[in-house]
Amino acid sequence: MMSNFRSHLSFLLLGALGLIILPYFITSRFYIDVLTLIFFTAYLGQSWNILGGYAGQFSFGGVMFFGTGAYVSSILLTTFGFPPIFGIFLAILGGAILGLIVGYMSFRSGLRGSYFALITLAFAELLRVLANSVEFTGGGVGLFLTYAPGLSNLQFESPVGFYYFALILMFISIAIVYWLESSRFGAQLVAIRENEDAAEALGIDTLRCKIYAIMIMGAMGGAAGTFYSQKYLYLDPPIAYSIHLSVEMLLVTIVGGMGTIFGPLVGAFVLHTVNEIARHFIDTPGLSLIVYGLILIIIIGYLPNGLIGAFKKKEKKSESSSLDKNQSREEP
Amino acid sequence: MLSVNNLTKRFGGLLAVSSVDLEVKEKEIVSLIGPNGAGKTTLFAMVAGFLKADEGEINFEKASVVGLKPHQICQLGMVRTFQITQPFAGLTTLQNIMVGAYSNTAQTDSAKKKAEEVAEVVGMTSLLSQGADGLTVAGRKRLELARALATDPKLLLLDEVMAGLNPAEIDDIVTVIKGIRDRGVTIFLIEHVMKAVMNLSDRTYVLNDGKLIASGTPSSVAENPQVIEAYLGHGAAEAMAEGA
Repeated sequence: MMSNFRSHLSFLLLGALGLIILPYFITSRFYIDVLTLIFFTAYLGQSWNILGGYAGQFSFGGVMFFGTGAYVSSILLTTFGFPPIFGIFLAILGGAILGLIVGYMSFRSGLRGSYFALITLAFAELLRVLANSVEFTGGGVGLFLTYAPGLSNLQFESPVGFYYFALILMFISIAIVYWLESSRFGAQLVAIRENEDAAEALGIDTLRCKIYAIMIMGAMGGAAGTFYSQKYLYLDPPIAYSIHLSVEMLLVTIVGGMGTIFGPLVGAFVLHTVNEIARHFIDTPGLSLIVYGLILIIIIGYLPNGLIGAFKKKEKKSESSSLDKNQSREEP
Repeated sequence: MLSVNNLTKRFGGLLAVSSVDLEVKEKEIVSLIGPNGAGKTTLFAMVAGFLKADEGEINFEKASVVGLKPHQICQLGMVRTFQITQPFAGLTTLQNIMVGAYSNTAQTDSAKKKAEEVAEVVGMTSLLSQGADGLTVAGRKRLELARALATDPKLLLLDEVMAGLNPAEIDDIVTVIKGIRDRGVTIFLIEHVMKAVMNLSDRTYVLNDGKLIASGTPSSVAENPQVIEAYLGHGAAEAMAEGA
């Protein structure tokens, strides 16, 4: 599988290059914005994918890292004038520390499956309520950031600037998962996903691995928070800790294919495209959401392994059928 | 190498393992037999760190392993397999074995090399690229063995690696286990297949209702009246003696 992937590397680099030069050909602000959003969602989906797709720990509260990162860099900026280009690293740190706390508390007490999913949802809700009630977050009024374009503020006059910002984040996330695919840590996470007891028996410190995975997710979410707040210049608790975003990051990954390098990107691309098309062609308010929902049901119902999973299965089938002709399987 | 003293485990009112003492010496193959529900797997689970003992000591290479987690015990060189096979179903045989090999190396290349070596030892080379979920029962049992072996253990705890296999497959795996011992790995195994127990073990312990009722060479144990009664019911030993 790995060598197969390497042989596709030149193809991938070409694709990456295509995305890099794309803004020179697209003049429409609308398309640039949609693509930016696709990369941003793919990036968040990838963060979810590391803990959910690779380590098998489903979280329903992934937004908590995003929101915390957004608050960290935004508060540092509004209160101390701390430039976001450095603030983003503290946002990353904040996300990782939150990951450590949540991971330690829930994995230490042995929470698995739906219990873990629910506890992350509870943490996100808890943080939303907290952000609403304390003063330094601006409470329910929210935080307004001033518009002052410049690299030190991670703000850009042209939407193309944010396009590249999101693209870089996405490239980094793909690089992280690419590394996972071929590293010991990645193999250990997958082992935990497939069978935690067996993983533990074979010398894997499952608690530590799961905590590292959620810390990586947290760090990535933190950076996404800074991106978002510098792009939209406003932050309040319902935005920072919205359940909608938690769902979106798991949705793009599940639709695209969990535990795969390009699942989140494919899922984000398909879902955003479907969403935009439905919105464009259907005038009745609300109906586009219903169409979107229907398409979602169909994808998840018929492709339980996501779009990439369906594609892989086809490839495998044609491979094994040609194998069967050549040699019969060993049957004891 | 492994010594267990006064090991006890209660599940509510049930005494699953009751003051068991046993010892496994270096380079030995020691077996643990007994009727279903005798507490064999429970004993293994405690030794490997999966269950907390209520009382007693477990020493591996003269150091206590009580309270250690399974992965720590594995790192010390004692690794178990599961009676109900626990493959990483979504992975290939090679990837499964590599997970074991990664316990000694962080390098993907050397883990792969180690996994291929181990596959050779257990006779799975032709199955390396096959998905673990497509393996036969015999294949899964071998995979359990291979993964454990890939961690380079000093002591291997094998929990019924022959259950569900046909006689030819059993002969195969007996050869494999002897080969592993000849490479310097000590083996402690739970087994129901008496032919294999007789064939393999240097010494045997018999567990019944959580208590050790006999120990010694396999043939002396098989003739022990208490053991015969444990397996065949009260009075069976007498009946057999009369019959003979």
